[in-house]
Amino acid sequence: MASRLYKFLDVTEKRLQSFFELLAGLTLFSLRFLKEVFVPPYEVEEIRKHMIELGMKTLPIVGVTGFIIGLVITMQLQPVLQRFGAEAFLPGSVGISIVRELGPVITALIFAGRVSSGIGAELGSMRVTEQIDAMEVSGVNPFKFLVVTRVFATTFILPILTVYVIFIALIGAYIAVVLVQNMTWEYYTGRVIFSVEFGDAIPGVAKTFVFGYIVGIVGAYLGYNAKNGTEGVGKASTTSVVVSSLLILVLDMILVKLTLWLWPIAK
Amino acid sequence: MVVIKDLHKSFENQVVLNGISMHVENAQNMVVFGRSGTGKSVLLKCVIRLMEPDAGEVTIDGKDVLSLNLNELNTLRKDIGFLFQGAALYDSMSVRENLEFPLIRNFDYSQEEIDKRISDVLEAVSLEGEIDKMPSELSGGMRKRIGLARSIITKPKLMLYDEPTTGLDPITAKEISSLILELQLAYKMTSIVVTHDLLCAKIIADRAIVLKKGHIHSEGTIEELLSDKDPFLVDFFSDEVINKNGRG
Repeated sequence: MASRLYKFLDVTEKRLQSFFELLAGLTLFSLRFLKEVFVPPYEVEEIRKHMIELGMKTLPIVGVTGFIIGLVITMQLQPVLQRFGAEAFLPGSVGISIVRELGPVITALIFAGRVSSGIGAELGSMRVTEQIDAMEVSGVNPFKFLVVTRVFATTFILPILTVYVIFIALIGAYIAVVLVQNMTWEYYTGRVIFSVEFGDAIPGVAKTFVFGYIVGIVGAYLGYNAKNGTEGVGKASTTSVVVSSLLILVLDMILVKLTLWLWPIAK
Repeated sequence: MVVIKDLHKSFENQVVLNGISMHVENAQNMVVFGRSGTGKSVLLKCVIRLMEPDAGEVTIDGKDVLSLNLNELNTLRKDIGFLFQGAALYDSMSVRENLEFPLIRNFDYSQEEIDKRISDVLEAVSLEGEIDKMPSELSGGMRKRIGLARSIITKPKLMLYDEPTTGLDPITAKEISSLILELQLAYKMTSIVVTHDLLCAKIIADRAIVLKKGHIHSEGTIEELLSDKDPFLVDFFSDEVINKNGRG
């Protein structure tokens, strides 16, 4: 019994230690990013290349997911609202859920799965094959060239993808509405626009800048510091997805509270 | 000239370099021998500060490398080439982009000058036809040659080679060794070569040192080291011969 307890405490101690090491490492890495992002040379061409690459890579999957989410959330809400005789509120409630929460968070989670793991694997592989060292030896700052450009790209491409997903999801929702109700596109969009306010759209999209940053910085941190050959690359890739997804959800909770305080829902 | 004085490096409790002191004259090829894990690659990385030594002194052409700030270090690194064990070509870039990379980033050359340098180094490594290929399309020997071409494209004064012939068949290894010597003579570079390969060392070395447990065990020309009756050296070089020629 005592040995089991000792083993449990030992494992817990090691896990806690590695968790706090990760947190401290990420914080220092973020500080370095914030320091270097403002220092020239600005790798504009690299940032543009990564934004296009990451955007194009994620566009189909987030589009399909957005469409299905819009469709499904409408199909789920319709009978509930019907029960209360509130079917007229369907476009508005679906619109608000998609714009405020579902669109940004679902896009960010899919983006994390697709991009954070990719960045972790790419930089991890560059680390273990000494490509990052080679860059450093040639007098180039690899942090600026590899990390700053990717994190900058993820921070600014995710909000664009989110706006795209919101539109696709609203189209998916309209198709679901048409399947159960006789509603024109004009009436549907009118109801959505009437219900969704500026204070719903801005915080929803604004928080995706933070999510985009998280996706980039976590993948870059774990990849840039990968060790132990190909095993380390795999670990960097999978851990990137887990950590960035978890951070997105935790930060979402905090940001929702913050945005509700800054932009309260009109009564 | 490269001067290393009393260099120390440890990883946690493991002492890897324990007071290494050596010097390499200009235009000289110095070979560093040693069994696996004796700190040969760590020594190279400490010279160029890819790793920070715990203590000691490294001077390159009179500059104290360990006291340079990042900008000064990057300026110094422009005069240093490094051939990594696996060549370390950038996977996402073509051969041309790999070769252009250090020139575009660090120098203000015209496109014509860059093209000329690329064509010169590719000719030097006999791979003119591979310019548009990706690293994944190249064989191990070709990757090493392109890595070498990338290292010398800036015409460095000092070249550091980390196991330049490891993983290559004996013929390609001999070709790479001869190429290193040719380039060294053509560009008048100072070189430090870490290797296990006795044949490579015989081709290129002016002098050599043998590391043992973080110390310099012996130093001299290859002939001097091979004729030394010291039991460790006899054992070490007989192992090298067996590695090279099978059952010897």
